[in-house]
Amino acid sequence: MPSVIEARGLTKTFGRLGAVNGVSFAVDAGECYGFLGPNGAGKTTTVKMIHCSAPITSGDLSVFGMGVRDAPRAIKRRIGVCQQEDNLDPDFSVRKNLTVFARYFGIPAVQAADRARELLEFMGLWERRDARIRELSGGLKKRLAIARALVNDPDLLILDEPTTGLDPQSRHQVWDRVRTLRRQGKTILLTTHYMDEAQSLCDRLVIMDHGRILVEGAPSDLVRSRVGREVVEVYGFPPDLPEYARAQGWTFEADTHRLWIHTDSGEAVFAAIARLYPAERCTVRMAGLEDLFLKLTGRELRE
Amino acid sequence: MSLAGVGALVRSVSLRSMRVWQRNRDVYFVTWKTNLFPPLAEPILYLLAFGAGIGALVKEVEYRDRMVGYTAFIAPGLLATQVMFQAFFETTYNTFVRMHYQRTFDAIITTPLSLEDVMAGELLWATTKGTISCAVMMVAISFFGLLHYPHALLIVPFSLLAGLLFAGLGLCFTGVVPQIDSFNLPTFLFIMPMFLFSGTFFPLDVLPLWAQRIANLLPLTHVANVIRELGLGRMPADLAWDLLYLVALAPPLCLLGIHLMKRRLVK
Repeated sequence: MPSVIEARGLTKTFGRLGAVNGVSFAVDAGECYGFLGPNGAGKTTTVKMIHCSAPITSGDLSVFGMGVRDAPRAIKRRIGVCQQEDNLDPDFSVRKNLTVFARYFGIPAVQAADRARELLEFMGLWERRDARIRELSGGLKKRLAIARALVNDPDLLILDEPTTGLDPQSRHQVWDRVRTLRRQGKTILLTTHYMDEAQSLCDRLVIMDHGRILVEGAPSDLVRSRVGREVVEVYGFPPDLPEYARAQGWTFEADTHRLWIHTDSGEAVFAAIARLYPAERCTVRMAGLEDLFLKLTGRELRE
Repeated sequence: MSLAGVGALVRSVSLRSMRVWQRNRDVYFVTWKTNLFPPLAEPILYLLAFGAGIGALVKEVEYRDRMVGYTAFIAPGLLATQVMFQAFFETTYNTFVRMHYQRTFDAIITTPLSLEDVMAGELLWATTKGTISCAVMMVAISFFGLLHYPHALLIVPFSLLAGLLFAGLGLCFTGVVPQIDSFNLPTFLFIMPMFLFSGTFFPLDVLPLWAQRIANLLPLTHVANVIRELGLGRMPADLAWDLLYLVALAPPLCLLGIHLMKRRLVK
C-alpha cells in the first residue's frame, strides 16, 4: 500500500536559519503517526509543509501520492487540520463555525448542516451549538477545532499539539475521540511534546530535535531498544555514585539531583545500590518514552 | 514583481474566493443593525452641519460654469468619501484583525482555497461593503431631494469600481504595516487629505493651479467627479478620463496588495 505522506530529504530554511534539515519519513494509511519534540524542534514547520501552508525549500514531499508543489488544492481537499493556536471564528456560533468551514470545501448547505450536527454530537458539543466562541472553555474550543477539521471527512487528520494548555479532563476527552477516529480507520498525524500522549496514541513516532529526526519507530520498541526495560531512579545521590555506576558498566543519565540508570534488570541494579545507599531514595520503574526523549534531546531548557 | 509573477498570481485566484466573500457577508449580517445605521445617519449629520451651518453662509457654489446649491454640491462628495472610508478601512483594520488577531486566514488556507483566493475574497467583500454603504447613504440623501434620478442610479455600479480601488490601496498597506496602530500613518497621509482636498466640500478651481494639479492625482478627486456629475443628473464626455484613471489604477493596486500579503503571510 502506498504511503499517505512521504518525505525525502525535506528541508525548510528561513533565511539562513534551518528549521527542518533534510528529514525523511513515511506515514502509512490508518496509522496514528507522531512527531515528538521540544519547542522549536521543527514539528509545526513540518506539519505546515504537509498541509501546503508553507512552501518547501528543498527535498520531496508528497501527500496521497501528489507533490505538495503540484497539487495543493487536491491535497487540501482530503485533509483536515487542527492547528495549535485558536483560530475559530469569534463572530459565529459553534454550529456556524462548522457550516462556514464546510462551504470552503464546496459542501452544499443541507449536507453541511447534517455533517455539523453529526460532528457536534460526536465531540459532545451539540448542547452548545448556539454558543458564541468566547463563551467556550479552552477544552471545548479545542474539541470544536477538531470537529471543524473533520468537516470534509478527511482521509488524513493533522493535529498540531491538540492538548497543549488543556486540563486533565479535557485532555482525556480529546484522547478518547482521537482513539475512536483511529479505530474508524482515519490516518492521523499528531505533534506533541507530551510523552504520555505520544506513548498512548501513536502507533509509530519520530523524535525530532533541531530540525532533525533522531529516531523513528513504535514507542515501546524504541524504549525497549534504546533505554531498556526498566529505570532505576536515585534521588539526592551521593557524589561518588556516577563513578560507581560507570565502573559497573551501567548506562545512566544524571542532573544535579537525580540519577537514572537504564537497565534490563532493575531488581539487580536496585539491590546493588541499596547495599551502598539508603534504599528509600531509590525506585525502580518501567522505562518510558520520557527516558528516551531526555536521553536523546538532553536536559537543557528550551526557549 | 515580474510579468510571469503577475500571471502566476492571477492564475492562483479562483471562484472559491467567493467563499471568503460569503464568510464576511455572514459576519456583516450578524451585526447588520450596527453596520447599516452609520451610513444612514452620517449624511444627515453632515447635511445638517454643512447645509444649515455653512450652507447659510454659502448658498450656492459655482461648479463647472453653473450654480449649484451647496448641499447638492457636497452630497455626492459624502457618497464618494463613504465608499473610500468603508472599503479602505475594511482591508486595513478589519483585514488586519482577521489576519493577525483571529488567525482566520491560517485556518482558511488549510482548505482548498489558496491565499490568493482569500485575498481576492477580502477585496471583493470590501468593495461590496463600500457599495452597500453608498447605496444606503443614497437613500438618506434622496430624502433631501439632492440626487437626480435615473442618472444617480449609475452611482451604485460605479461605486464597485471606486470601492475596488480603495480596497486594493488598503490591502497594500496591510501587507507592509508592522502593527495595527501603524494604519494611522496612511490614514493621515493619504485618506484624510483626500477626504478634504478632492473636491468633496468645495470646488477645486478655487485652489491655486499647483494645488489643483496635485488634487487631480488623487483617486478620490476622480471618484467625486463621477459621482457628482451623475448625482446632478449629467453625463459629460470628460467623465471618460476620470473612469479611465480609475480603471487603470484599481487592478494594479489590487494585484500589488495580494502580492504584498502573500509575501507577508507565506513563509
